[in-house]
Amino acid sequence: MSELLLDVANLKKYYPIKQGVFNKTKETVRAVDGVSFKVNKGETLGIVGESGCGKSTTGRMIMRLIEPTDGKVIFEGQDILNLSKHEMRKVRKDIQMIFQDPFASLNPRQTVGQIIEEPMIVHKMGDRKKRQARVQELLELVGLSAYHAKRYPHQFSGGQRQRIGIARALAVEPKLIIADEPVSALDVSVQSQVLNLLQDLQKKLNLTYIFIAHDLSVVRHISNRVGVMYLGKMVELADSETLYREPKHPYTQALLSAVPIPDPENKTKRIILSGDVPSPAHPPSGCPFHDRCPVAKAICSEEIPHLRELADGRLVSCHLVD
Amino acid sequence: MLSYSIKRLLMLVPVLLGMTIIVFSIIHAIPGNPAQTILGTKATPEAIHHLNASLGLDKPLYVQYFTYLKDVLTGNLGTSIQDNNAIASEIWPHLAATIELSFAAMLIAVIIGVNAGIISAWKKNSVVDYIAMIVALIGVSMPIFWLGLLEQWIFSVKLNWLPSIGQTDITSTVAPITNLYLVDTLLEGQFGQFWMVVRHLIMPAVALATIPMAIIARMTRSSMLEVLGSDYIRTAKAKGQRMGWIVYKYALKNAFIPILTVIGLQTGLMLGGAILTETIFGWPGIGLYVYNAIQARDYPVIQSGILIIAFMFIMVNFIVDLLYGLIDPRIKYR
Amino acid sequence: MSDSILEVSNLRTSFFTDDGEVPAVDGISFSIKEGEILGVVGESGCGKSVTSLSIMGLLPHPQGKIVGGQIMYEGKDISHLKEAEMRKLRGNDLAMIFQEPMTSLNPVFTIGEQLTEAIRLHNHMSKQEQNNRAVELLKLVGLPRATELLKEYPHELSGGMRQRVMIAIAMSCNPKVLIADEPTTALDVTIQAQILDLMLKLNQETHTAIMLITHDLGVVAQVCKRVVVMYGGKIVEEGDVKDIFNHPKHPYTEGLIKSIPDLYSKKDKLYSIKGSVPKPGSIKKGCLFAPRCDYVMDKCKEQVPELLGSGHKSRCFLHQDEA
Repeated sequence: MSELLLDVANLKKYYPIKQGVFNKTKETVRAVDGVSFKVNKGETLGIVGESGCGKSTTGRMIMRLIEPTDGKVIFEGQDILNLSKHEMRKVRKDIQMIFQDPFASLNPRQTVGQIIEEPMIVHKMGDRKKRQARVQELLELVGLSAYHAKRYPHQFSGGQRQRIGIARALAVEPKLIIADEPVSALDVSVQSQVLNLLQDLQKKLNLTYIFIAHDLSVVRHISNRVGVMYLGKMVELADSETLYREPKHPYTQALLSAVPIPDPENKTKRIILSGDVPSPAHPPSGCPFHDRCPVAKAICSEEIPHLRELADGRLVSCHLVD
Repeated sequence: MLSYSIKRLLMLVPVLLGMTIIVFSIIHAIPGNPAQTILGTKATPEAIHHLNASLGLDKPLYVQYFTYLKDVLTGNLGTSIQDNNAIASEIWPHLAATIELSFAAMLIAVIIGVNAGIISAWKKNSVVDYIAMIVALIGVSMPIFWLGLLEQWIFSVKLNWLPSIGQTDITSTVAPITNLYLVDTLLEGQFGQFWMVVRHLIMPAVALATIPMAIIARMTRSSMLEVLGSDYIRTAKAKGQRMGWIVYKYALKNAFIPILTVIGLQTGLMLGGAILTETIFGWPGIGLYVYNAIQARDYPVIQSGILIIAFMFIMVNFIVDLLYGLIDPRIKYR
Repeated sequence: MSDSILEVSNLRTSFFTDDGEVPAVDGISFSIKEGEILGVVGESGCGKSVTSLSIMGLLPHPQGKIVGGQIMYEGKDISHLKEAEMRKLRGNDLAMIFQEPMTSLNPVFTIGEQLTEAIRLHNHMSKQEQNNRAVELLKLVGLPRATELLKEYPHELSGGMRQRVMIAIAMSCNPKVLIADEPTTALDVTIQAQILDLMLKLNQETHTAIMLITHDLGVVAQVCKRVVVMYGGKIVEEGDVKDIFNHPKHPYTEGLIKSIPDLYSKKDKLYSIKGSVPKPGSIKKGCLFAPRCDYVMDKCKEQVPELLGSGHKSRCFLHQDEA
């Protein structure tokens, strides 16, 4: 459980904005601005945050679908950012991704069998016969039937399509799966089916997940540890029990209190944040959250807080927490 | 908007330079020696050598190009081989005739095409829609020369309503001021002549308008259909807005970008000279002018004609680009 | 029920496609009282959005049609009103906001033009008065820099701000009923909290009745007093929000509540309703939920249960004798 699989250090992605007559770089959007975290084998790390906080970019940078501007991604002891394209392909076999929109990420002109088989062909696994046997096996593993291999994606419901996406990701026997909003397009009743499936598969295949989502309840349910992102930075990272029971960062507190609880008796006072998330092109000085923070002090607008470890092992980046 | 316009304007510079380079190379792409071509096959080597020197054709290519560029920029397009006239002064009346014809044709194509497309989209799958789209299909596939001849046969020969040929009556000449006859007749207060010019314009304009009109109608229909299905149209309906207003004010502005693209391309093509139409209707436009030059192997005229046509094409697209910015506030930021 | 402002009875709406008639809403009845917030919950395809479009007379033409029932607004049936009559109600008495704030505003017109439009349509006001009203509305929905905002275009605003503008447009003529179709689904949680807070505030201040359509049970629990649960074009349960959450009667409602992961305590395994939402018209006989139901009985596969009960109603054979 404690064996380190992935170590992400000071990961950054800056996008230049070109403007004006001569396309000069006027400003930089700091989509991800120095994010660090570790993932151990067999665990699930949840990453939550609102749109534009950089959580998806972070997930994609780990697979180098987006090239990071700076930082380190150490997977099984080697920094994959230094790998050549050829070497990277081998690593991609070990890291797979599941996407939000199960329909858009499946080629409508391929049968489900072809879709699931394709990554095995890319990574030259087995012969045709073995691959097809594996397709059947995978389909049953994700709760579909072997005969589904001959059908096309449009013949399936949203939940079933997401199962196909999961089967495709599993085809190459990955060690790490990055799931980017895998259930947010699904209906509530189907969402729980897919969450259960992900958990079952994790136990069965000893998988490691990075689970990126905006839904705090879902993330809590599936994750061992949870990181909260705001404006390209990790503001709090802790054991999920601890984080949800006793959030330390004011942003985490506000985020948790904003979640509508499906219990009409529970009408706890909400912290309602004013305004919107600022643009990552003009992040506020000091702590990125200070302009919306209900407890901000003078120091918050002056100094950028760093993610530091508290006595109980959790990481928080806030000047006011000790 | 200003920065956007300046940016577009600056982007014109390399395009225009590229255009001059291409047009410049045309004369060098012709098989044989230009001097030989000009003087004909019986010319002596001395005469050719002499002409080469006087035309500057013995100098290095880049020197020749810069000389050419300087000439073009100062409005010197050379002289016609056929009649030794300065092309720069000779070409304008033709260009004006083409501009007038294109403008009239485009006006017809846009007014009818856009409206037909709108109504088709609004009353989707109705009889009106089917008729409009069948007519548009016929319009796209109609050969211009055939339509032109048909028009002449019906409206000139049989009904004798409209003159069949030329820009004016032979007996009546318009005193050129701008060479745009519609403008000139109005400037001089010759309303009778204005009407005469309009009557001459109708048939060639309609013939020239047919294909663009059909293309515009089809583009408008598909673009409008997409917009009419969008969320903000539903919002407008939820406010209690009238459908006619929604279609013409709300939807059209959104649907207009692709329509404008088509209008721009078609206008560019028209300004390139509608040789078929101009030939059938004896319209002294730039198409006919270049066509005649080609017949006479008058290379300086061909070269200048192509230069002007290309220039017009680029300018039309520039204007279209500016209009994009006016219609859609989001474009400036891209 | 004399104080109900909108009363839908036995409404049936169908879509006519190449494959024939597909019933989207199949005989639903409910009412909205003056100033109340009614929640309509259900998953995709349950007919909740079609219900709202039927009320507004905004069904896609010509496929969507009301084929039966009544929609009584202030005692008058508006289900088959002439378009010109309906237009007078729309935006004036009945207003609507939609799920996608990013696409619900016209990208090529300014916020001002779009906001004054409804005001101009239903009132006689001078340009100046319209502008003043627009500024007042933007302030009402909590938008700063109201005067400058009027000259801006939708793309210059964030999703949350656009939804506020949508609400301002909807509120511009002081509607009696505001239909909000998934108004916060596309928004982030903190922004969702702002918007829900605003809707509650408007409901209290202006006494506009709100019909809140959502798939999110959390939103319903926090905002609504009365809830209607829809499944397969029918109402399967209706009642006070506390009754429904604490003692759900219909197995579907129960399943939905149990499938939501809890924010405060971690369960080992989530409950999940088996199978998926049936396509409209695909189940011909018996209770529509029977194929997915844990408590299914032989009877359920043959007969359709009625919506029965007083106050807290449900459409399930398990509770038919309680009525």
